[in-house]
Amino acid sequence: MHDEEFELEIKNVSKIEGHTHLDVKARNGKVSSCKLKISENKRFFTTAIKGAKYSMVPVTMSRICGTCSSAHVLCATEAVENAFGVKPSEQTFVLRNLLMYASQLRDHAMHLYFFCLPDLFNKDSVLDFNEQELGWVKDGFDLKAAGNLLATVIGGRPIHPHFPLIGGFSKIPEKAALENAKKQLIAVRPKILKIINLFYNDKSTFKRKTNYVALVNNDFNYLKGVIKTAKGTLINEENYGDHLQKVVLPYSTALGVEFESKEYMVGSLARMNLNKESLNKNTLRDAKKYLSEFPSDCIFRNNLAQAIEMLHDLDASLELLDYDFKKEAPVEVKVRAGTGVGVVEAPRGTLYYHIEFDSSGIVKNASICIPTQQNIIHLEKDVASYVEQMLAKKMSKTRIGHEVEKMIRAYDPCMSCATHFLRINWI
Amino acid sequence: MMKIGFFSFTCCEGCTVMFIELLNKKFFEYASKVDIQNIRVLRSNETIGSLDIAFVEGAISTQSEVKKLKEIREKSQMVVALGSGAANGYPSNQRNSFDETRKKEIAPLVKKLHQLDEISPISKFVKVDDQINGCPVSEDELAVKMEGYLKKFS
Repeated sequence: MHDEEFELEIKNVSKIEGHTHLDVKARNGKVSSCKLKISENKRFFTTAIKGAKYSMVPVTMSRICGTCSSAHVLCATEAVENAFGVKPSEQTFVLRNLLMYASQLRDHAMHLYFFCLPDLFNKDSVLDFNEQELGWVKDGFDLKAAGNLLATVIGGRPIHPHFPLIGGFSKIPEKAALENAKKQLIAVRPKILKIINLFYNDKSTFKRKTNYVALVNNDFNYLKGVIKTAKGTLINEENYGDHLQKVVLPYSTALGVEFESKEYMVGSLARMNLNKESLNKNTLRDAKKYLSEFPSDCIFRNNLAQAIEMLHDLDASLELLDYDFKKEAPVEVKVRAGTGVGVVEAPRGTLYYHIEFDSSGIVKNASICIPTQQNIIHLEKDVASYVEQMLAKKMSKTRIGHEVEKMIRAYDPCMSCATHFLRINWI
Repeated sequence: MMKIGFFSFTCCEGCTVMFIELLNKKFFEYASKVDIQNIRVLRSNETIGSLDIAFVEGAISTQSEVKKLKEIREKSQMVVALGSGAANGYPSNQRNSFDETRKKEIAPLVKKLHQLDEISPISKFVKVDDQINGCPVSEDELAVKMEGYLKKFS
């Protein structure tokens, strides 16, 4: 038997958040190395906020990511509030939930319509779509616009929202603005059902047994709950550090993270696998057929899970928009020395903040753990075995490259987030 | 057709995302007027052809970014600094003003990742024809600027 070498190099993977390359090497059908070489430049955020006043933490950390800035703002805010024992009002929690739902809706729509859809139509880009296919693009823009409008009404703007504060909001939305947002959401609901069906019919398959981790609760909100694993373990938010370990990837500007020394997965698929019965009742009713796919071991089902989550984001928002909002000042903050943990479900999975303050409310230390870091090791292993499966089927290199990119997109990685930070020995 | 490209350097990519938010309203209007040749979040094309306008977001942190930025400048009639990263370096330039302790802490990584000593706005390396400030840029301002550019290049 002669040696058969296979090398796949994808420079600057497109239609994902941020910059990364992928190198795969195989010999005789066995992958010897698979490296996701994240090339996004580090911006040293966790060092930059050392010495900063507590109130600057959310606004600064928001700048880690242009896509999921709301998740960073609210996770950082939760960590600050927990450090000082600040208890925000019920109304604040409703507003924060609305901001998270709006952001998830926008973010998933961007991923599904603009990153993944071209793969389903065998096109490079939505910019190359023909007349018939453009209907989908319009749907994508309309969904994004509806999420965008809700995020703007609640947070002030869709990216780096400036109304949320420690202890509350600087501005409570007007009734007319809320009604307008509601109208737009109702108008786009049928489009979500269409895209759910489209991804349900996508037959791309790669299955493997693994561990899933997500913050769960009984109404599928993204802000509060307990950390649950597929093995049934339940962990309180503040104890997450006992279970996660960071792993240095020498060829990448990002780090990987393992759960109890094993790779695992976070994100929509994890949330759906662990907590689908807590989705909004209207979502459960209208997505019943599609929900029977979960729990699923197929990574490509992450796209379907996101599509279903968009329906939940919309249905849950419609209920919260009926809340009787009143003018209300933020809860007063009394600083004290201490440590606070924040945990939220960002669009791409569980996001952790851990911040230590001195007695005057100045940051002594900060560390954060990003969803994409948690998925990197899992992603590399899956790409390696997917390539082996395709080599066994004698598929062409072009086709393999295309399938691998599809798999990377299904993971929905965010490189801007994954490379924000500096310290590596923090847990 | 006005030929444009979007290029991201050291940043959060929020300003390109804002442009895509603008497309929520303007996609079908721009379809006949604007040819978006480079935009990595939407298409894979890596080759930089001759452009009317290059929109550049993010600050400059490595020599390879300097090289790419200069190539973009050579091939574009107009370079627009999109957002505060490209226009003034913020927030990536926070590390320029770190105290000695923090500078020492990040030094090994700055070296390992071949980052430059200082983070700079793009104007340090190339001529910039226009800038749209903000972190991120505002959708409305971007729309107004696009109107002006369309008049100029069509």
